[in-house]
Amino acid sequence: MNKIEFMLNGEKIEVWANAHKTLLELLREDLGIKSPKCGCDLGDCGACTVFLDGKSVRSCLILVPEVNGCDVVTLEGIMRPNLTKLQQFFLDHNSFQCGFCAPGMVLSATELLQKNPTPTLEEIKEGLSGNLCRCTGYTPIINAVADAVATTVATTINE
Amino acid sequence: MEFSFIGKSHLRVDGKEKITGSAKFVDDLDFGANLLYAEIVESPHAHALIVDIDISTALASPGVIKVITGKDFPYRFGLYMQDRYIFACERVRFVGEQVAAVIARDPVSAKRAAKLVRVKYQPLPAILNVEDALAAETTLLHPELENYQHVPWFFPAAGTNIAHLRKIRKHDAIDAIDAIDDTDAMFADADLVLEDRYTVPRYAHCAIECHGAIGLYDHAKRLTIWSASQSPHTQRNLFAQALAPLGLTHKDVRVIAPCVGGGFGGKAGVSMEILAAALATTVPGRPVKILWSRAQEFYNTYQRPGVVATIKMGVKRDGTITALEQNLYWDSGAYVEYGSNVVNAAGLSATGPYRIEKVKINSYAIYTNLPPGGPYRGFGYSEFIFGLESHINEVAKRLQIDPILLRKRNAIREGDQLAYGAKMNTNGLIEAIEKVEQEMDKMDKMDKIRPHSHPHSLSQSSNRCYGKGFALFWKAPAMPPNASSSAIIKFNEDASINILVSAVELGQGFFTVMAQIAAEVLQISMDKIRVETPDTDRNPYEWQTVASHITWSTGNAVFKAATDIRDQIFTLISREFQKDVKDVSDLYLFEESVRSHSNPHFKVAYQDFVISGISMPDGTFRGGPLLGRGSFMPEFSTAISDPETGQGGKPNVHYTVGASAAMIEIDKESGKITIPKVVLAIDCGKAINPQLVQGQVYGGMLQGLATVLYENMHFDESGRQLNANFTDYKIPTTLDIPEEIVAIIVESAQKDGPFGARGMGEHTMIPAAPIIANAVEDALGIRIRSMPITAEKIVAALKHNLNRDLGPEPYEPYEPYPRTEPRPLSEEALAAPIISGQ
Repeated sequence: MNKIEFMLNGEKIEVWANAHKTLLELLREDLGIKSPKCGCDLGDCGACTVFLDGKSVRSCLILVPEVNGCDVVTLEGIMRPNLTKLQQFFLDHNSFQCGFCAPGMVLSATELLQKNPTPTLEEIKEGLSGNLCRCTGYTPIINAVADAVATTVATTINE
Repeated sequence: MEFSFIGKSHLRVDGKEKITGSAKFVDDLDFGANLLYAEIVESPHAHALIVDIDISTALASPGVIKVITGKDFPYRFGLYMQDRYIFACERVRFVGEQVAAVIARDPVSAKRAAKLVRVKYQPLPAILNVEDALAAETTLLHPELENYQHVPWFFPAAGTNIAHLRKIRKHDAIDAIDAIDDTDAMFADADLVLEDRYTVPRYAHCAIECHGAIGLYDHAKRLTIWSASQSPHTQRNLFAQALAPLGLTHKDVRVIAPCVGGGFGGKAGVSMEILAAALATTVPGRPVKILWSRAQEFYNTYQRPGVVATIKMGVKRDGTITALEQNLYWDSGAYVEYGSNVVNAAGLSATGPYRIEKVKINSYAIYTNLPPGGPYRGFGYSEFIFGLESHINEVAKRLQIDPILLRKRNAIREGDQLAYGAKMNTNGLIEAIEKVEQEMDKMDKMDKIRPHSHPHSLSQSSNRCYGKGFALFWKAPAMPPNASSSAIIKFNEDASINILVSAVELGQGFFTVMAQIAAEVLQISMDKIRVETPDTDRNPYEWQTVASHITWSTGNAVFKAATDIRDQIFTLISREFQKDVKDVSDLYLFEESVRSHSNPHFKVAYQDFVISGISMPDGTFRGGPLLGRGSFMPEFSTAISDPETGQGGKPNVHYTVGASAAMIEIDKESGKITIPKVVLAIDCGKAINPQLVQGQVYGGMLQGLATVLYENMHFDESGRQLNANFTDYKIPTTLDIPEEIVAIIVESAQKDGPFGARGMGEHTMIPAAPIIANAVEDALGIRIRSMPITAEKIVAALKHNLNRDLGPEPYEPYEPYPRTEPRPLSEEALAAPIISGQ
């Protein structure tokens, strides 16, 4: 067992964990953070996406000792406590169906707009291409992000 | 008619819980420190006898509580045919099948111990395709087939690997039905007869949430299962039946299905969930969790069955289809307890949405040593529509008739006789065709395809070429005739309501649709309605969330429940306010209150009486908590028909029809296909929520496009799946979507549907394969008869066509089935004028 200290959604966490445990297992089983989902356990699907020191990672591929001293943010941590503007766009576009991929997809889209507030359609697609969704055909997800970008641009111009 | 809530694109009522990650899926539920974990022991053989199982080492492994084998549960189960055991008993029939399970205190101990279970096998020949399964000297997978219990409309052939044969023999002149078995006579009056063979491989559902279930058998002998399921009541029924020897009855078994992370048919019926039910009974008082890995999700749940289809079509010179013979050989896998109904459904409907005088269909459910074939969005229709709609284009080409015109000429109309004799329902097929045609005209004007590098000339310099493909589709719910739904609506103090139903919100949006139906009847705003996830103890009965029947069937139940509660309100108010209103017919509901036609000042708000009762001047109260109930069963449906002809029953409640088209771009050097535009028009009767209908088009179409462009299951010669992960079995990402998808809603009301609605969820993936196949043919003049139509296959076909004199290689490996040459048109037929236009 290793002692691990890290920040989780702005809160200091100290846990004892086996070195072979993944961040996804630690979050879900030991810390009760359920928004990251296990869809493949191989880093393919993106359902377990979280932010590690500000960058999106597949938490199923991160071993717990790797997060020692790091800052971890999950979907629970980006709402304070209300929906983010981007989440509101997803809501207004009926973007998700079953919702299993939603936490990962929301974080990837959030990161995309943090890095590039005015992505083109192709850049939006590229930015979300690591998160698998089987229900929606992606169109309503992409439309929500594109709408968020357009609205932000329009607001900025108006200001 | 003007509606307040129906036909409006309301936001999903479950939107917020999904967008915030609050939605609880089965693996998100907590069961405390007492939770145990199970891991199964898998068969490494596709076909073998189990000689001996030694569990002693596994049992002694640290953390292990129990090791369970087939001997502990020698009970058969199944939805339509009881052909499988909970754990393999005596014989294994596919690689990955569960032979035993270890229950341990933690997942790591369970996994470690599962490897220590020693199973001695005696391998048997593995049957990995339908040809081998049907060969004269084949190995039988189920020597006891004749003893299996099954529904009365299945016809297993004892002593063979044919688990079910659905026969259809139709001749519009009913006396002549015997002539149908004489194939030559059937095609005698055709001017052109074209015969061909099409193949479709197996596919995986790939819901992002894997299967999972938790079972708890408490010391009072109650069994509760939490499962990621499309079918909680059907699971309860099958668990109770299978475990009846333990003394369990239906009231002792409870199934709770929280949010489900995608299903597509994969989570219908009962598959791995029965393990949680059985294992829980061995460790009373302790919950046991079993979760499938992504690999198990591929090879040990239902797969979409593969099919080899032979199609023979006879047509008149004017394009009238006179006769159709189809043989569908389904690779139904090791167990067909559910999958044989896919075979049945396809057999009933393999004519496609066409009016055909003479029909002969044989649809065979064939046992093979591959994972069980079962329900998958489209339920057999996607598979036969690929061949049928490809074939119709080939027929049209030979007749030199526009393929869309050929379809219009034969398109089924209301009242036409279906292949099994019943009448076709109201439908907007022609309207759908015409709307798609309009969109196709726009495709020609798309900037990117000018100048239109037209087809068929392989020598053209440009590497890019374009093609358009068109196809029709249809599908009926495939259900037992008594598949039914029920609903309860209860009011809360503030006049909000809870709708209790047992359909499952898989993402399709049924919660929102049910809320809209209740909102319309009761005139309650959408934000005051909650629809509950199912718990078989508390929510009323629902057969299963499959067959695209929920909007129609559960919608009817909710409509009835809402009407029931409305009638109770009218009765109560007219009784207690006799001075103010005339009678029941004087009342109507508006903005969460009861109003009177005759007395405009009359208004009683729901919240003033729905729970509290009406407050009377003397201090007493009238009424009481209001509760509405509704049940729906299609009482006109029957599956009983003549086994030799399929005539006489009404197995399908109605068909949903539509048309679709694609514009594709092919890079001839790489074979890569990109899709500038796809159109799909569907007659859903009434779009209760147009945006949700559109969502089904986007999602279903992409799922279908993936099956035709790249998805494919690969097995090695021992029957082991080679690509049971998302790295090797590619599903589409955001980079793989068509540039434009146009969803067109046609509304030709379903008379017995809620507000005229009928289902449309599965249908949107059905035409995807033939629109691409036909577009490839349009672009390159090449007909590819096997799915998927990969880039590699296109390049191989192009090379072959350029080097015809070099012989069949390299194209041949992709066309493994011998094809007969089309019968040429007779002299007279060639002399006859082509009648065009209509």
